Amino acid sequence: MEPEKKYELINEQGLRLDNRKFDDLRPIKIDVGVLERANGSAYIEWGKNKILVAVYGPRDAHPRHLALEDRTLFRCRYHMAPFSTEERKNPAPSRREVELSKVIRESLEPVVFTELYPRTGIDVFIEVLESEGGTRCASITAASLALADAGIPIRDMVVACAAGKVNGQVVLDLSDIEDQKGDADLPVAIIPRTGEVTLLQMDGNLTREEFDKALNLAIEGCKKIYAMQKEALKKKYVEAKEDVEAEAEEAAGEADKE
Amino acid sequence: MPFLVERRQLVTPGDLIAEDDFNAGENTYQEDKRIYASRVGLANFAGRNAYVVAVKGCYMPVVGDLVIGKVVETRLGAWNVDINAPYVGVLFTSEAFGRSFNSKRDEMTSMLDTGDLIVAKIISFERTRDPMLTIREPGLGRITRGHVIKISPTKVPRLIGKKGSMITLLKRETSCQIMIGQNGYVLVSGAKPELEALAILAINTIEKNAHTTGLTDRISELIKNEKKEKGLDGT
Amino acid sequence: MSDSYGVITKVKQKKISELLIQDKRLDGRGLEDYRDIKVETGLIERAAGSARVSLGKTKVMVGVKVETGAPFPDTPEEGVLTVNVELVPLASPTFEPGAPNEDSIELARVVDRGIRESKAIDTKNLCIIPKKKVFVVFVDIYVLDHDGNLFDSSALASILALATSKMKDYTVDEETGELEYKSNEISLPIQNYPIEVTMAKIDDKLLVDPSLDEEDVIDAQITIAIGKNDEICAIQKSRPGAFTVDEISQAVTLATKKAKELRERFLNGGKDE
Repeated sequence: MEPEKKYELINEQGLRLDNRKFDDLRPIKIDVGVLERANGSAYIEWGKNKILVAVYGPRDAHPRHLALEDRTLFRCRYHMAPFSTEERKNPAPSRREVELSKVIRESLEPVVFTELYPRTGIDVFIEVLESEGGTRCASITAASLALADAGIPIRDMVVACAAGKVNGQVVLDLSDIEDQKGDADLPVAIIPRTGEVTLLQMDGNLTREEFDKALNLAIEGCKKIYAMQKEALKKKYVEAKEDVEAEAEEAAGEADKE
Repeated sequence: MPFLVERRQLVTPGDLIAEDDFNAGENTYQEDKRIYASRVGLANFAGRNAYVVAVKGCYMPVVGDLVIGKVVETRLGAWNVDINAPYVGVLFTSEAFGRSFNSKRDEMTSMLDTGDLIVAKIISFERTRDPMLTIREPGLGRITRGHVIKISPTKVPRLIGKKGSMITLLKRETSCQIMIGQNGYVLVSGAKPELEALAILAINTIEKNAHTTGLTDRISELIKNEKKEKGLDGT
Repeated sequence: MSDSYGVITKVKQKKISELLIQDKRLDGRGLEDYRDIKVETGLIERAAGSARVSLGKTKVMVGVKVETGAPFPDTPEEGVLTVNVELVPLASPTFEPGAPNEDSIELARVVDRGIRESKAIDTKNLCIIPKKKVFVVFVDIYVLDHDGNLFDSSALASILALATSKMKDYTVDEETGELEYKSNEISLPIQNYPIEVTMAKIDDKLLVDPSLDEEDVIDAQITIAIGKNDEICAIQKSRPGAFTVDEISQAVTLATKKAKELRERFLNGGKDE
């Protein structure tokens, strides 16, 4: 029997394997409105994660017999591309993808005004093109933007981030290796305006104190990412607005439509 | 209590735009006494009505609206029409060719078939049923010539302009017939294909820049320049 | 369960809300009370272990089988745990035959997490030949009658079945790697006794052990797995509603308390015999 390899996930300076401090996020880049055919879309790079989300709807619910009389049928499909993981992944939906599709749907549905479009369907399609730990949080974050981009009325964006425990320390935003070798993983999604939690999962081993610490850390992470979400949404329109600020004021009266 | 953001400020869903005395207008929702945006767009108010002009939104059928649609299915006694809405539009044969019309399938497809484009009016829409259309008024019916392009329904008012100023300009300067469906489909029909292309370019430009100011002047400039370049001034 | 075809009557829905104002429930329970629980173990001879749990009218049966197989490449010296759930059609008019749906998959994975993350089974003690052969423990959950809260009943039946499982004692021939079974029996190497507690949120109140009627009107629910040292091993928030951070905090405290109670009642407080 070999002695177990000891993983120094946090070194003496308190830095993690990728040189992050305990509360540093991995680099995140978000683009909105990247697809032509979908009603709304968003693309996110978070660490090495690369995830594309498309939203279709509200549209006729198919199959018709699943349509709901009083609200829209809100569906979500989380799927990983075969080339997204270290070893090729079978394209057929795995049990993990089925569970994630469910919890991601349940994290987004609370912000959607589903009663506005009875008998229709809204579909969220998430494709993980490359994965590196934390795909469900990145997916939820991008999916909210795709919903906003599609012009589907929502109460707020939903934003998600995970915290965990590594080498006995509570840290923010686990990387792949930290997720695998660490002691706990706690993905959280919130509605930033109200602070309500719409996704909460955990696996590992946490004392009550560690749990409270991790939950708070994850929520702080969420708030930082919310600012990035808003920026990504506004990015498309801000450039045009800056051009306009130089224009004559009398034009404002005409364009003030009603 | 005041309107809480600058007029025409870009807001995102969840942004607080007004408090207390304001009512929740288009693309907003109210919780307690606060009004929040529910879509991305420019926030504004008219009287006590706080609203957001959305950059993107789907078309919800309104009775009386003129719409352009595509026939996607021929059923017994009715056609299903795609009107760019979350619901498919239904055109009964009685609303197309009168009560005495024989609803046999061959008779139906000879008058209107899958793939045809029509200009129609919405005559009813309830929550429990799909919207119903009619083509039995003057100006409505099957489209036989021209191009149909699609813009976001939220940009339709901008395309029409204040008191129709934008659409009047477009029609005059491109010499094209332009019919705007409230559902975001626009029919452009002109004497020359180049003029149709020019009208389409102008419409697409308006859509992309709908949220900016001074647009009418810039579109006028754009059309003048294009006509010069393509030698269409003579028309 | 999500989307049952059974539609709850508005009258019942109203009654639930009215009772809740006084912290009461339809069946007379308090907000923190479990329904009547009955357990039986050792029912299926062919299984290494088995347990049947009745939680109110909900009935779940779990069978444990132990076989040999290859280990996972990243844990070459550890045994394998597999948890599966069958929502068989006889258990409810809303269960249909066919491939596992999202509810049964979620149930299996959440029960699995409680057992796995608490390290209930000492999988290092299930190795036969490193990298080649290990014991594979199959936990198969059969739902027999669905009247709400399949999570807690399944999790309890699973840990009971595992704790009472017996397998033939064995030695491993050093050269051939063949197993030689002896005549006596041994238990599975169980070192923790996780308990899962599910709480539903209705009208901003937390209710332990939702019945089927209550499940039809809940905004959201949360399932928390607690180990024998009060450590949190797994959490699953379920259904399209939201919890405030305070409610989550309350839920963790409540789950820790109820898990201890259940462990005392049914698993000897988690003390090994």
